Amino acid sequence: MTPALPTATSPAMPGCLDAPVLRQRGQREVFCGLTGIIWLHRKVQDAFFLVVGSRTCAHLLQSAAGVMVFAEPRFGTAIIEERDLAGMADCNEELDRVVDRLLARRPDIKLLFLVGSCPSEVIKLDLSRAAARLSVKHAGATRILNYSGSGIETTFTEGEDACLASLVPELPADASTAPALMIVGALPDVVEDQFLRLFAELGIATVHSLPARRSDAMPPVGPNTRFLLAQPFLGETARALEDRGAIRLDALFPFGAEGTTSWLHAAAQAFDIDEMHFRRVIAPGRERAKRAMAHSRTRLEGKRITFLPDSQLEVPLARFLANELGMRPVEVGTPYLHRRHLAQELALLPSDTLISEGQDVDLQLDRVRAAQPDLTVCGLGLANPLEAEGLTTKWAIELVFSPIHGFDQAGDLAELFARPLRRRDVLRV
Amino acid sequence: MQLTVWTYEGPPHVGAMRIATAMEGVHYVLHAPQGDTYADLLFTMIERRAKRPPVTYTTFQARDLGKDTAELFQKAVRDAFARFAPQAMLVGASCTAELIQDDPAGLVEAMGLPCPVVPLELPSYQRKENWGAAETFYQLARKMCAGTTFVPRAEGARPRANILGPTALGFRHRDDVIEITRLLETLGIAVNVTAPLGATPADLARLGEADFNICLYPEIADTTCLWLERQFGQTTVRTVPIGHGATRDFIAEVSALAGVDPTAALNTSNLPWWSRSVDSTYLTGKRVFIFGDATHAIAAARVARDELGFEIVGLGCYNREFARDLRDAAKLYGVEPLITDDYLAVEDAIQAAQPELVLGTQMERHIAKRLRIPCAVISAPVHVQDFPARYSPQMGFEGANVLFDTWVHPLVMGLEEHLLTMFRDDFEFSDAAGASHLGHGSAPAKPHDVTAEPVAEPIHDLPIAASGWSPEAEKELLKIPFFVRGKARRNTERYATEQGIAAITLATLYDAKAHYAR
Repeated sequence: MTPALPTATSPAMPGCLDAPVLRQRGQREVFCGLTGIIWLHRKVQDAFFLVVGSRTCAHLLQSAAGVMVFAEPRFGTAIIEERDLAGMADCNEELDRVVDRLLARRPDIKLLFLVGSCPSEVIKLDLSRAAARLSVKHAGATRILNYSGSGIETTFTEGEDACLASLVPELPADASTAPALMIVGALPDVVEDQFLRLFAELGIATVHSLPARRSDAMPPVGPNTRFLLAQPFLGETARALEDRGAIRLDALFPFGAEGTTSWLHAAAQAFDIDEMHFRRVIAPGRERAKRAMAHSRTRLEGKRITFLPDSQLEVPLARFLANELGMRPVEVGTPYLHRRHLAQELALLPSDTLISEGQDVDLQLDRVRAAQPDLTVCGLGLANPLEAEGLTTKWAIELVFSPIHGFDQAGDLAELFARPLRRRDVLRV
Repeated sequence: MQLTVWTYEGPPHVGAMRIATAMEGVHYVLHAPQGDTYADLLFTMIERRAKRPPVTYTTFQARDLGKDTAELFQKAVRDAFARFAPQAMLVGASCTAELIQDDPAGLVEAMGLPCPVVPLELPSYQRKENWGAAETFYQLARKMCAGTTFVPRAEGARPRANILGPTALGFRHRDDVIEITRLLETLGIAVNVTAPLGATPADLARLGEADFNICLYPEIADTTCLWLERQFGQTTVRTVPIGHGATRDFIAEVSALAGVDPTAALNTSNLPWWSRSVDSTYLTGKRVFIFGDATHAIAAARVARDELGFEIVGLGCYNREFARDLRDAAKLYGVEPLITDDYLAVEDAIQAAQPELVLGTQMERHIAKRLRIPCAVISAPVHVQDFPARYSPQMGFEGANVLFDTWVHPLVMGLEEHLLTMFRDDFEFSDAAGASHLGHGSAPAKPHDVTAEPVAEPIHDLPIAASGWSPEAEKELLKIPFFVRGKARRNTERYATEQGIAAITLATLYDAKAHYAR
């Protein structure tokens, strides 16, 4: 058995690398960056996310968090009120008071993020100064950082990017002389552990994750750091890491058998792992992935799919569905197209795919109705209305809330797309 | 600034959305940043609506702020009008747009749209969702009624009423409207307009044609009803028909106003007999904690005490606008009113009261789950499972049946309660397994859900003089079923404190039991 390595560099298939991109401005039916807090607060177990914003921000978090509200979460909102808007000095004092109360209540919190919102940005409340001031006050007990998850600056997953980018300047310098690998992006613990096991088997000695599960275990960074992006939406974080001398390993994103192979292979090459050894190590996982996807393939093959912009996962997922499951992408919409990080992905997309960036939702829905794809991947606000119109949909948010990376999740990932179609077929109502 | 974990109400523009979404022929253009579109999912996911809410968001971003967000707003209004051709439009700003002061009212006036346009001023940093809904409904009704005149009603014409207050995302509003409409039909009263739910702007223009108004949900309709009283001299029916007794009172009030015979509509609920039948004896004196919006909480208190024989140990609401009504009700039941929108304060109050049943919102359900106290939901805000497929009103006589079933269901049933007490050590039938008719939610009894965070434990027990429990007393306490154990512990400790007893023994436990015997 010889696993084929990705054909990304093959000149025979230009794909969508240089395809024109449809850009429209209008209503964008997307979440803001605050939404990332829903998974980030579970990932870093001694961190707390304090949104400095309005009642709308608090309401968004609670609505996006849905039914998970049985425990006291490690996030909250400092709601700006009328009297705070009267004068800025007052606003800073109020914020200090809220942080004091919070940290007194939760002494277990070692890392506090002050998260900027639309209102805090518009009134120019300087959260970086507030974070510096409060860091001094709570020195030794809690580190305080800030980033913006505001809708005027970030779309959905860009909130995670902003959060991780705020961590980078705080990372300790890596003084060691041996190269180390860093996996960048908040992955479910189970997936992270699978990857760590694979890298260990490959023989890569030092592997870190950003973010780490505890704030005092954040990885060191330096010119010897080689990093793999686990998510396609981490442009700012990558830039911040590169500013500290780290080198990004270019690869497909680790979705499906091919994506995961390419991603692992990039690390293996950077760490001079023997090619035969690499193939031996990944063969079982790669085979399992293919076996697990087989039953979904029969259902998905030849089916047409449209992605509405949501998480920036759209391009890699469309590549996965097209190349490994035989789906035909009609339109692949993304809130933001990071051409450099997605170059290999774009090259593998069928060249008749319409790539769109940004959104005018009404015009885009007109295109969906005209194209009548078999499956439309969209946000929660649009799914039921489209179903009611007779279009089968997949909620995009499930793709950021479920383990979908790596060999052993490839079957689950395929199943996420196959299930709505299967359901449509089994229902007799 | 207010530190908030969970909120009972969204911002006021979400209230405006509830009005627009409930109605037909209305479109709302909201000047709002990218991200505020999350509010659509409240309607499409939680309420399972099959249509997008009739809302266009300008979704401005940082790069627009330096340019012309006012033009962006006008373009959104133009496009929305062209695409959706509404009978009437609402325009307004969300919290962020309020800060950039683009003046949607002035901008839209300058556009001279060929339909009625209501500019909404909803101060996001002062007000909340229910207020926003009430204000939007009032402004829209005012706008549509302006300049209308009515032919005087003929003598002896069939009496007509408006049903006011039901909205999108309301707790059981869909079914309440069906139930109350049927009830009025039985009485021979015609429904002139039901609004906002299902009404068009043109329907609102006919509000004045009714003989009187039924203020079904005061949180939403009170402002409008007060204005209609002044404008058209219509009387408002203010009895909210939740529970058997309240429904009878409602019928009496409506019949008197309409001059009709109430007998045809009376006595059609099963609640009185279900409650008097002997199986319900075990409900007597069950300690219940009630929290929700003021209207539902106050109504629930009456049903709980007078119609199910419960004892009310806590009563509260999250909407300050109706605080006075709630305080009056709390006085009636001899409890301290709890008026707060701080979820943590409600949790503390429930923990301190150790009730046997919680009636609340989705938030209280989570609190009750954590504390392993049975709970039923009586008020918004609610999750998707509280928008049932079946007909399940809260109001009218069928509503009374629903209340009986849903409030009694979470409790351990009569004889089972005794058996659990008698044979605690049965390996198959123990209180740790929970009530036998509740297949779910019967995880092994632990004081805290394992999934719960390491929360700083709120101080809920009274400061006790007692140095603690003797091993025998502690062991005996474990023989008391879990659903009353908390109360037994608390009563014993309070008794020990009052009596100045330092260590709690077996005797103290039973002395306390005798002391608090009811």
